[in-house]
Amino acid sequence: MLKTFKIGGVHPAENKITATKAVVKLPIPKTVTIPVTQHIGAPSKVIVKRGDVVKTGQIIAQSSGFVSTNIHSSVSGKVLKIDTVYDSSGYKKESVVINTEQDEWDEGVDTSPDLIKHTDLDAKTITNKILDAGIVGLGGATFPTHVKLSPPPGMKAEVLLINGVECEPYLTADHRLMLERGDELMVGIMLLMKALGVNRAVIGIERNKPDAIEHLTTLTKNYEGIEICPLKVKYPQGGEKQLIKAITGREVPSGALPIAVGAVVNNVGTALAVYEAVMKNKPLIERIVTVTGKSLSKPSNFLVRIGTPVKDLIEAAGGLPDDTAKVISGGPMMGKAVATIDIPVTKGTSGILILNENEGHRKPVLNCIRCGRCVEVCPMGLEPYFLMTLSEKKVWDKAEKEQIMDCIECGSCSFTCPANRPLLDYIRYGKLTVGGIIRSRK
Amino acid sequence: MDKLLTITPSPHIKQGDSVNKIMYSVIFALIPALAWSFFIFGLPAVLITLTSVLSCVLVEWLIQKFIMKVEPTVKDGSAILTGILLAMNVPAGLPLWIMILGAVVAVGVGKMSFGGLGQNPFNPALVGRVFMLISFPVQMTTWPNITRQVVDATSEATPLALVKEGVKGGASVPEIMQTLPGYDELLLGNFSGSLGEISAALLLIGMVYMLIRKVITWHIPLTIMATVFVFTGILYLVDPLQYADPVFHLLSGGLMLGAIYMATDMVTSPMSKRGQIIYAIGIGLITVSIRLWGAYPEGISFAILIMNAFTPLINNYVKPKRFGEKKNG
Repeated sequence: MLKTFKIGGVHPAENKITATKAVVKLPIPKTVTIPVTQHIGAPSKVIVKRGDVVKTGQIIAQSSGFVSTNIHSSVSGKVLKIDTVYDSSGYKKESVVINTEQDEWDEGVDTSPDLIKHTDLDAKTITNKILDAGIVGLGGATFPTHVKLSPPPGMKAEVLLINGVECEPYLTADHRLMLERGDELMVGIMLLMKALGVNRAVIGIERNKPDAIEHLTTLTKNYEGIEICPLKVKYPQGGEKQLIKAITGREVPSGALPIAVGAVVNNVGTALAVYEAVMKNKPLIERIVTVTGKSLSKPSNFLVRIGTPVKDLIEAAGGLPDDTAKVISGGPMMGKAVATIDIPVTKGTSGILILNENEGHRKPVLNCIRCGRCVEVCPMGLEPYFLMTLSEKKVWDKAEKEQIMDCIECGSCSFTCPANRPLLDYIRYGKLTVGGIIRSRK
Repeated sequence: MDKLLTITPSPHIKQGDSVNKIMYSVIFALIPALAWSFFIFGLPAVLITLTSVLSCVLVEWLIQKFIMKVEPTVKDGSAILTGILLAMNVPAGLPLWIMILGAVVAVGVGKMSFGGLGQNPFNPALVGRVFMLISFPVQMTTWPNITRQVVDATSEATPLALVKEGVKGGASVPEIMQTLPGYDELLLGNFSGSLGEISAALLLIGMVYMLIRKVITWHIPLTIMATVFVFTGILYLVDPLQYADPVFHLLSGGLMLGAIYMATDMVTSPMSKRGQIIYAIGIGLITVSIRLWGAYPEGISFAILIMNAFTPLINNYVKPKRFGEKKNG
């Protein structure tokens, strides 16, 4: 009996059309646009100015607090300007625009393909290198990784969980990474274990990726303490709390962090980035992005430099189809619809999904028929229909009591609603307001 | 870029189930039992069903068009479903004008006066049925002799009514049972009753279909059946002369129709699974109480309506298990 989480969940059509497409390295673009906010937390502080010459991997914006991180140039060339440009959030962000000249790497970066397995670095040094390299959660949430590796006083991690679930339909970046970069991934996990001081790590992979499960299971023989946990396919299993529940059976209490049950979760992409940062001195300047969609002529997995225009990725995947209705940064369940494709790839860009006219529009909203499906599928055990009504009527104290802040915004409620009600839209609005009220109390 | 992109918050895909699909699935599940009643009762059953469905649809359309002044939504199938359920709850010989009146009350009062689909606190078909039962008790309890009669001419009453009258008259249950149809006949529908009461087997087939299509879950129908079975089972063990056995209670009357198709009405049943179990136990207990000690031989309609009234309360106080909630907390 395969493991999974217990409450709620849905089964969207998987549509993993790029699952068998090997990762292709895209050529370095002529210009990159690198926003200084690519993570959750304080924006990084720009330390270059117009006209500066930068190398690939050179730091261009510095961490400005504990929950913040560094940003590096993903190309070598000349800083054209410091500007505000739109990113996938739909807001203008301060960004460094660099004209590419060559691809000359910063000193100390090891660009060879050789696998390095052993290091004598201690936990503290590893964590510092992770911070220096600007590593954030690459599953999409972009939470700075060094913060996760520094548990609050009195808390101790017992197990490291590695998220290879990739429960979002369409996306295959993590799947390809597990198949193609297995050894580097394993070393990255060993480094994370060392940084945390744990001797056990479990990689959770859904069984719709049997090749990845098989490949990594073979590799675990060479890496002590790492296990593979095959999981049933169910969305949102990649949610942090759901993954912890699925693998360890423990439930993170409301409002608490995973460390409260002794777990730390990192994405497979993050673990690979950790390997490169610690063993190769290579900061986070590129990532794997799935570019996909039913109408796209060449859906692909690309390895791209951060700051590459999304437009270039779509061109490389066959160009924007005529029947395009929506372009989404991320997957179809939690990704963000973007207004323009003139935006850069950032650290959190796990995929670019093109939805056509048939799929890309919402249907008319009908009366709630009180079928209770939103309640049934909510992985947090909440009552989305009720939270929507409370948000609509602005009954904030009641919404707080009904644990609106526990919502992980997975979208299972809206996805499943037969009356097409915009449940999550209202719940997000409610969370925003209730979150503000809670903060104002402090 | 020439083309404007659509922007909405996530999620960007839909499961594909719609209100229409749900309603038509329930209707589809009812077809075998309905067809069987046409076969057993003949033309009057067809006329009753047609009258009921057309009246329900027309009443909804007229109210939406001319009173509420909104775009009519009769295509969603909910009025058709109410019409079918209403017809399945009456005897085949019911005068058509009473049927029309029942439909007006069911949809007009039971559904539209609260704002239409999703807004009504009570199951509309049951509101219509109970209205007819109270206003026209004689017509509503006059069952026609069926075409393939297996019981003698006195059996214009239903098996449940016969047991109730018999016990009141001093006879013991085993004596009465000898004059009644056997379980096989109750399952297949060879006895008198309302249109939808006569074949437990076909109603159960419909339930299996709805369970597979995930239109309903097992919680409500099976909990009602289990409650009725256990409650009447205990009484039967205590005094088999006074009380009929649990299988008879499950197979007779409107229990299957009510438990599978009316109590599961999404609009009027609780949202959480915990709540649905409480609601279903309540229906089971009230049904048996009315059957055994109440004024009517059958009690599921009243039981469902009473528990419908408790649904908001249940929704308010019975919450699903929250993620991270303590096991015993």
